[in-house]
Amino acid sequence: MSLVFLIFIPILAALFIPLLFKRLGQIHTGWFVLLVPAALFLYYATRLPSVMEGGTYVSELSWIPSLDIAFVAYLDGLSLLFTLLITGIGALVVLYSIFYLDKHREQLHNFYVYLLIFMSAMLGVVQSDHLITLYLFWELTSISSFLLIAYWYTRDRSRFGALKSMMITVFGGLMMLGGFVLLSIMGGTYSIRELIAQAPELAQHDFFIWALVLVLLGAFTKSAQFPFYIWLPDAMEAPTPVSAYLHSATMVKAGIYLVARLTPVFALSEVWMWLVAGVGLFTMVWASFFALKQKDLKGILAFSTVSQLGLIMSLLGVAAAAYHVEGAADSYLKYAAFAAIFHLINHATFKGSLFMIAGIVDHETGTRDIRKLGGLMSLMPVSFTVALIGSLSMAGLPPFNGFLSKEMFLTAMLSLQEFNMFSMDVWWVLFPIIAWIGSVFTFIYSLYFVFHTFAGKHQPEELPKQAHEAPIGMLISPVFLAALVVLIFFIPNLIGDWLVKPAVAAIQPFLYDSPQNVDIHVSAWHGFNTELFMTLGIFAIGGLMFWTLRKWQHLYDLYPDAISLNRLYDEIMLLSDGGANRFSRIYMTGFIRSYLVYMFSFMTFIVLLTLFLNEAFQIDFSNLAPIGVYEIVILLALVGATLTILGAKSRLTAIIALGAVGYSVALLFVIFRAPDLALTQLVIETISVALFLLAFYHLPQISRKEERMKFRFGNALVALGVGVTMTLVALSAHSQKALPSISEFYKETVYSEAGGGNIVNVILVDYRGFDTLFEIAVLGIAGIGIITMIRLRLTKKEGQHENK
Amino acid sequence: MRTNDVMLQTATKVVTFIILMFAVHIFFAGHYTPGGGFVGGLLTASAIVLLMLAFDIPTIKKILPINYVVLTAVGLLIAIATASASIVFDVPFFTHAYDYFDLPLFGETSLHSALLFDIGVYLVVVGVTMTIIQTIGEDE
Repeated sequence: MSLVFLIFIPILAALFIPLLFKRLGQIHTGWFVLLVPAALFLYYATRLPSVMEGGTYVSELSWIPSLDIAFVAYLDGLSLLFTLLITGIGALVVLYSIFYLDKHREQLHNFYVYLLIFMSAMLGVVQSDHLITLYLFWELTSISSFLLIAYWYTRDRSRFGALKSMMITVFGGLMMLGGFVLLSIMGGTYSIRELIAQAPELAQHDFFIWALVLVLLGAFTKSAQFPFYIWLPDAMEAPTPVSAYLHSATMVKAGIYLVARLTPVFALSEVWMWLVAGVGLFTMVWASFFALKQKDLKGILAFSTVSQLGLIMSLLGVAAAAYHVEGAADSYLKYAAFAAIFHLINHATFKGSLFMIAGIVDHETGTRDIRKLGGLMSLMPVSFTVALIGSLSMAGLPPFNGFLSKEMFLTAMLSLQEFNMFSMDVWWVLFPIIAWIGSVFTFIYSLYFVFHTFAGKHQPEELPKQAHEAPIGMLISPVFLAALVVLIFFIPNLIGDWLVKPAVAAIQPFLYDSPQNVDIHVSAWHGFNTELFMTLGIFAIGGLMFWTLRKWQHLYDLYPDAISLNRLYDEIMLLSDGGANRFSRIYMTGFIRSYLVYMFSFMTFIVLLTLFLNEAFQIDFSNLAPIGVYEIVILLALVGATLTILGAKSRLTAIIALGAVGYSVALLFVIFRAPDLALTQLVIETISVALFLLAFYHLPQISRKEERMKFRFGNALVALGVGVTMTLVALSAHSQKALPSISEFYKETVYSEAGGGNIVNVILVDYRGFDTLFEIAVLGIAGIGIITMIRLRLTKKEGQHENK
Repeated sequence: MRTNDVMLQTATKVVTFIILMFAVHIFFAGHYTPGGGFVGGLLTASAIVLLMLAFDIPTIKKILPINYVVLTAVGLLIAIATASASIVFDVPFFTHAYDYFDLPLFGETSLHSALLFDIGVYLVVVGVTMTIIQTIGEDE
């Protein structure tokens, strides 16, 4: 089966969701949805053995050949790992959502349609080899995330969070598109594989650094790196299955994926390495520090996700350092890429389970406020066990998978000492120290999350609901993930061989020919070395600080909100909103006469300028037909009617005079032997006079005397300008022919090619049928517009606001 | 606008049919002699407007219970369907087909897919014109 087709399977499945929800509402729609990710997971898993050997799959579907745009699905170690995460976690999350979302009260058809769109988009992001389609899928993930966050759209906070996440990620996406365009200009191709092949030449290009920064902006906004992370805590307004899936396991890792995928292209630049490692590490320590300020369970998890994403990002930065060192495959630097991918898998398992537990606690107690929770250990024993396993893994304790990857993280940070570029001997020390501080806070918030929820004193009077254990179906997914957390600790090398090494080989293709060459063996015990002592220090200091948490946690309240990044975002939004509004109000007066003045002035200006620039003023009277009596009479009538309009006291006179102008012009058409034009003009004139008379009632009564002299002078100027312009254009058009007239072509072909006799009509329906099609579409839209303007005004009450 | 003009009403009853017949003639004649869907549609609309002026909108709505918005939509669909039908025959979008047939009563007649497209234009023009006039006219 074509890989490209597989990407679109979830979107195709989404088409049937509304139907299933309406017809088979008795069965929870989630059961049907569950089949999609589960089947995809099994299918992709069959590709694993050959990808593990270093094999790849490519499938291509041409989309816009003239622009060289195609859907290219490319499956190697890295994309297969992400694909399995998306489908695997996706299946578990859908299973969980079946019990989380009530089939009677919730709008499941909306929810699952958005979720399936997201699934396709995400598969597209991680499998696309073509930059443009990658961007397309990337933005589709932002849009589906927006829809999912705003799922409970009647809540103000949901809409705010949805908008915020979309603003920030779409901003990043646009920057990234710029980077992609620069890359394709430099490399002459949209294919990532071809770009990787010519990486050394690209690094010499002037655009290289711009492309690098722009692409990183996209990755950092998506993966919630400092300072763009602020959208992620607000995105927690989404239903918990969505938070577990999009905002922890998959979508926020799209940025990680992009950085990993493009590492072979950009790693030759030191800027890349410093930016990725530096921003990642700073994000890690910053977010872990502020996680302790949070009172909401999902808020803690949101900050912890930001922090963990920073950790993975910094590892990818260090992995890029391997490109700058001779024999990196034999040094400790080789651990960085492995640790990044390994931790990415581990994070998906423990954070997924923790989010699901947060959802369960919310579901069964009615609150997520950690100050009201406590003592749930005896009431919810299974949830507690899962939460404990997840938290301790996140804290980096054995025997859980987080311990292994955390150790490797420290190894990788320490390995920077082998990297002695630009006198690194002083600066490299900072990296392990910051990493260590971040780990201490990670340790504290992990304990904070689990013990302040499940240990301590139970406060039943604070809880909206009587707390009890969740139904068994809701527990399946978190228990399964928690089991994986423990299992991976005991079989790390199996996971390493199957999943991690193929991905590492894709990140560092210059180091390894095939996944088997990645010479890394994970062991829980590797002697008394620096990493072990650092870990012991984390446990000791972290434990001590957690013990005294209540004494110093209130220090966080001292941090002023006025200088926070959220405040900055709010100010920017207010400013741009208000600014745009004020700017529009300068020229949007609400009076149609103002708009007519704008239009006519611009038209006059543009046409006169064009005439002037092309030196087209030319008047040649030599080729004119003689003027007869009829023409003179009609022209006199025309001028007379026009003057009547100008001098008319009442509007009715003006409308009738306007009709007279139209009919005189129609008569001129008759004399010049243009029956089609004459006919159309006559009928249009009739109808528009009728329409004017109808609209007449509704026009505001503005007396002419109230208009100031200056205003009328301006109008006269514009009117004169339009008249002069049209006269000049008509004379110039008559006096010279820049191109041979097209009417000869019509005369020759109207019967032989188009099978017609009336050129005017054949132009309308055949030669320029496209124009007519769009014109009647515009006509239809105008009709609908008038209906909405008039009918809706009648039903809408004064002072109504959509938010009230 | 309640009118009680006997002369106008009597004349309208006759004239409307003449205009409508002329509109049909103009519409079909369009491909070879002056006319076409656009003018035909406008003429039809003007006939209905004349009826509305002579009598009043509620009466005319009773006589011609047409939803003009639907009429517009149908016209647009016919137009786009004619234009895209060519794709089925593997020729570029908007390619017209025509041939000459010997029909009883009419003699040799040209049948042209452009006519179908013109029917779409005709319906849209009638629909939109009447939508606008009726909506504004009913709004007090």
